[in-house]
Amino acid sequence: MTIDAIVNDLNGKFGSKMLDVNKKSPTRAYIDIYPKDVSEIVKYMFKDAGFRFITASAVDDFDALEILYHFSHDSSGITVSFRALLKDKHDPHIDTITNITRSAWWIEREMHELFGIEFDGNSDLRPLLLPDDWPKGVYPLRKDFISPKRDSRKA
Amino acid sequence: MSHNAHIPIGPYHPLQEEPEFYKLVVEGEKVVDVDVRIGYNHRGIEKISESKSYDQSIFIVERICGICSSSHPIACAQAVEDISGIEVPERALYIRSICQELERIHSHMLWLGLAGHFIGYNTVFMWAWKFREPICDIFETVTGNRQNYAMHKVGGVRRDIEKEHVPYILTRLNDFTKQLNMLKGAVLDDPVLHERLKGVGILTKEAAIDYAALGPTARASGVDIDVRRDHPYAAYDKVKWNVITREEGDVFAKTVVRILEMFESVSIVRQCLDKMPDGPIDSNPKDVPPGEGIGQIEAPRGECFHYIKSDGTNSPVRHKIRAPTYMNFPTFRETVVGETVSDATIILAAIDPCYCCTERMLIVNPADKNIMDMNDLVRLSQEKTQAIKDRYNIK
Repeated sequence: MTIDAIVNDLNGKFGSKMLDVNKKSPTRAYIDIYPKDVSEIVKYMFKDAGFRFITASAVDDFDALEILYHFSHDSSGITVSFRALLKDKHDPHIDTITNITRSAWWIEREMHELFGIEFDGNSDLRPLLLPDDWPKGVYPLRKDFISPKRDSRKA
Repeated sequence: MSHNAHIPIGPYHPLQEEPEFYKLVVEGEKVVDVDVRIGYNHRGIEKISESKSYDQSIFIVERICGICSSSHPIACAQAVEDISGIEVPERALYIRSICQELERIHSHMLWLGLAGHFIGYNTVFMWAWKFREPICDIFETVTGNRQNYAMHKVGGVRRDIEKEHVPYILTRLNDFTKQLNMLKGAVLDDPVLHERLKGVGILTKEAAIDYAALGPTARASGVDIDVRRDHPYAAYDKVKWNVITREEGDVFAKTVVRILEMFESVSIVRQCLDKMPDGPIDSNPKDVPPGEGIGQIEAPRGECFHYIKSDGTNSPVRHKIRAPTYMNFPTFRETVVGETVSDATIILAAIDPCYCCTERMLIVNPADKNIMDMNDLVRLSQEKTQAIKDRYNIK
């Protein structure tokens, strides 16, 4: 399968739900979607289209948070990433995908503690990497987080 | 009334790369639930990388893992190269493949040794670690270091493989293949090991796909994926080799996959040394434009994934790293539950999570104050092997 075939298939399925398609190279595509459609699209990719869920990565863009869901089509060597923009940084919400694939179990916990993103419908958002006594509301991978150690060095 | 006991394993002794804390819930000998805490050695490398230049971040990611000193740097370099389509000279691609395969061999040998130790085959442990030495010697000769080789950079590699080193590498590989053949026979033809490892800790194909398991863990469950073939990088599309898969999904299948993969790795290194063209080893890229890139490589434990977002400055806006164990780890919910405590160590070890960090184990049963430590659990595991040996009348 080529990247055009994959994008055409997705266009036919989701058309208006895909805001922007960037075919960066013959093996990479980045597709912008609305956060509310994540569950539906991930379900199609994982259950029907035969993609493997690689991981998700959150990025702090200063004005908003974005989550990229990376999928790999192993038999054709193509990687497709879906980008969902969460505009409200004070209360970022998105639907969980752990009810679709258990492979997202840890990464949602990780994004929850490092970026403060709420995954609606996920009941297991316990800390994964940070200690249990980590202060509430402090998200180390956000851009406004400055390591306390680094601060004291400056002083 | 069910009487549950909790066995905490870990998390102290952060000498290894991944200190982790397991909580096994057992009923008698049977494991009924398991949970894990990680992050005891969380160093915030993704955050650190945001404040380093692209050249520096290669050195940082090299230190993520004590074994994958080649996998992370190559994945990171590929992600940066993917942002703007930086070309890598062909000779450098071959050198990357050679490093990757040598690394796979010594990583699998390390695992085989530990697996042998866990089930009471200390001979396998001694042999595997001894036979691993020639591979580390090759690394020392070629790169100057047994580990943390600092071989890789964006746009190529930092050191060439000298012509006079090639005969040395081939000789050591020949020695290694003989020893590996012997070890393969000793492990795969042993009736006790068949009895001990077959049908233990099965990961079904459906579960492997659902958990998106990777590498030998997935391939032993019949999931035919390998980044080297599926997303060709370095020189893997220029040499001939096979992806090893098994259908059973048990600990034995994972062992078979790893052992057979080492033979493929030896073959890949030989072909690469033979086909490697002369020429430059570094394309010396200068600027990284704004954009994003993905690097995927097949580490010894499965796909290693790097995502880098650049804003055109000298350091990344975001550097996401997903190591293979991150996906393989949660599968033990499938594999350990329902098995006995004496099998828990080898099942947890079967995904190759560098398990030796969990040096401290204890079982606390308030009723009879029966306290066990790591040595006791290993003893339990070894006693089971001995029982099988007795049944076969093997001394």
